[in-house]
Amino acid sequence: MRKLSWFNTLSLTLGFAFLYIPMLILIIYSFNAGKLVTVWSGFSFKWYGELMQNEAFLQAAWVTLKVAVMSSTIATVLGTMAAYVMVRAGRFRGRTLFSGMIYAPLVMPEVITGLSLLLLFIAIGLDRGVLTIVLAHTTFSMCYVSVVVSSRLVTFDHSLEEAALDLGCTGFEAFRLVTLPIIMPAVLSGWLLAFTLSLDDLVIASFTSGPSSTTLPIKIFSAVRLGVTPEINALSTILIGLVTIGVITASLSSKRAIAKKQQDEKGAN
Amino acid sequence: MSDAATALAPVFAPWNDPAAEPIIQFKNVTKRYGDFTAIDNQTIDIYPQEFFALLGPSGCGKTTMMRMLGGFETVTEGTITIDGQDMSAVPPNKRAVNMMFQSYALFPHLSVAENIAFGLKRDKMPKDQVEARVEEMLSLVQLNKFAARKPHQISGGQRQRVALARSLAKAPKLLLLDEPLGALDKKLRQDTQFELMDIQEQTGTTFVIVTHDQEEAMTVASRIAVMDHGKIIQVDTPAKIYEEPGSVYVADFIGDVNLIEGNVTKSGDDHATISWASGQQDLIGIAHDEIPTGTRATLAVRPEKVNISTERPEGMTNVIHGKVHDIAYLGNMSTYVIETPSGQLIKAQAANTRRIARRAITWEQEVWLSFTDTAGVVLTS
Repeated sequence: MRKLSWFNTLSLTLGFAFLYIPMLILIIYSFNAGKLVTVWSGFSFKWYGELMQNEAFLQAAWVTLKVAVMSSTIATVLGTMAAYVMVRAGRFRGRTLFSGMIYAPLVMPEVITGLSLLLLFIAIGLDRGVLTIVLAHTTFSMCYVSVVVSSRLVTFDHSLEEAALDLGCTGFEAFRLVTLPIIMPAVLSGWLLAFTLSLDDLVIASFTSGPSSTTLPIKIFSAVRLGVTPEINALSTILIGLVTIGVITASLSSKRAIAKKQQDEKGAN
Repeated sequence: MSDAATALAPVFAPWNDPAAEPIIQFKNVTKRYGDFTAIDNQTIDIYPQEFFALLGPSGCGKTTMMRMLGGFETVTEGTITIDGQDMSAVPPNKRAVNMMFQSYALFPHLSVAENIAFGLKRDKMPKDQVEARVEEMLSLVQLNKFAARKPHQISGGQRQRVALARSLAKAPKLLLLDEPLGALDKKLRQDTQFELMDIQEQTGTTFVIVTHDQEEAMTVASRIAVMDHGKIIQVDTPAKIYEEPGSVYVADFIGDVNLIEGNVTKSGDDHATISWASGQQDLIGIAHDEIPTGTRATLAVRPEKVNISTERPEGMTNVIHGKVHDIAYLGNMSTYVIETPSGQLIKAQAANTRRIARRAITWEQEVWLSFTDTAGVVLTS
């Protein structure tokens, strides 16, 4: 381990302070006993208890989870298919246009995506609710999945698929038995990305949600406009905790997988 | 082939037997990618149980020939038949052909045994039969101990053998091998070449191998097709290709060769004479076809067929006089580079049957090279 110079220590401290002080304050005040968010009046789990009693928040959390699971699953299927065609189909007419259009939603302002979807749903007479949010989230998260999966497919050895065909697979079997299992880690991380994007989306959801289908971000946002309560701090702390556990688990397991692979390869030679 | 014919022909040479039925026929096959012609109107027959090598530099079209057999490339013009059946509409998974890929293309998520079983399962073979066949293939390539390992847990040479076992598991009529030994180091490659030949004999499968390594082709193949720029230049047995190349290109591509250019002064009776430098006597080599007098021609002679001596040899047809320019000591033999008075460099090889200290020939010494009238061939193309 190297000792850091005073300059490096300072920049590191400043950077991390900038990133984490706001969240730290939020977490600390979620354990506040008093009702005021900015005045400390003793440690308590009171607001976590209150949160569990709050039907509206729980309802919104349930809707959010449903939407995230459904939309990320559909987006993963569609995004993987699109990536496969873009990488594998070779040069067909209009390929550049298509691949450009797949990635366009990445840079499209969310307000515009949300508005255009809203207009579409009104035009075709689709009542706004869980279904419309799922459709909207699928639309914008699909391109993220496509980016992740196609970056894996580019380095995928094409002869593996040819070998599968050679050994008697049809095109679909070759995909299902060889390509898909190998690119699975990328597909899963695409799914996870879509899932997180859907979880914390506020703008598009507020355009496409109906009265019966408020998602958690919308609920928090509207509650905050009436004043921040320690209840919201508690909710946010839980969310931060979940995300942290998720990220740490993912990075640990991938680290272990890499270490195992290196060990195996050392054993082979 | 009748039994009588087999008995009369102990040497395996179905290409000389007019009754033999080829397993593969390329008939006027052309392959184009846009404006680029990869294969230019080629016709060739390959016979059952042959070990057929497609040899050439990279970009000569050898891989395209093989991929068309496997069904991974379509034919632009002409037809390819396997066992008399036109293959143009048959996809790779419906062909009784298997391929061993250059990168081996082992499925990384499956174990060695599962890799070998992959093709058998696609054929809906009963489970116990699959197991028996996998066991049989593992024994063939001596990998029984590694059945449960994943491809990344075994060495490169072992991976190569798994790839071979997997492609042979379905007992194909024809096995295609794309640079099968390219990724192995030299020592391992030589051992594996003999293993490949053994396996080919044991299974009786027709092998078509693509390689750019002429030594490899010479070692394993029953016949070699030397290719260049989408065309097959010569198809022959390794010995014929080496001893009697049909063109300067083939002579130069296979092994080491001295190319001596000159004008034909006499031709006929399976030989031709060329006059090549003033002050040197004319040289005689094999020429099956008569060459008109005065034609520019090249005598190709292998260095190991050229003798070197310190005194003018008596009774040899071809004698060249020169000075030793360079000596390369290779252990078992030495290569002498001789410079003639006209500046041409000619190589001669001699086995080092004596210790180096007792060697008679040294740098700048006057020497005579000699070879027989059947040692070289006179080529006009």
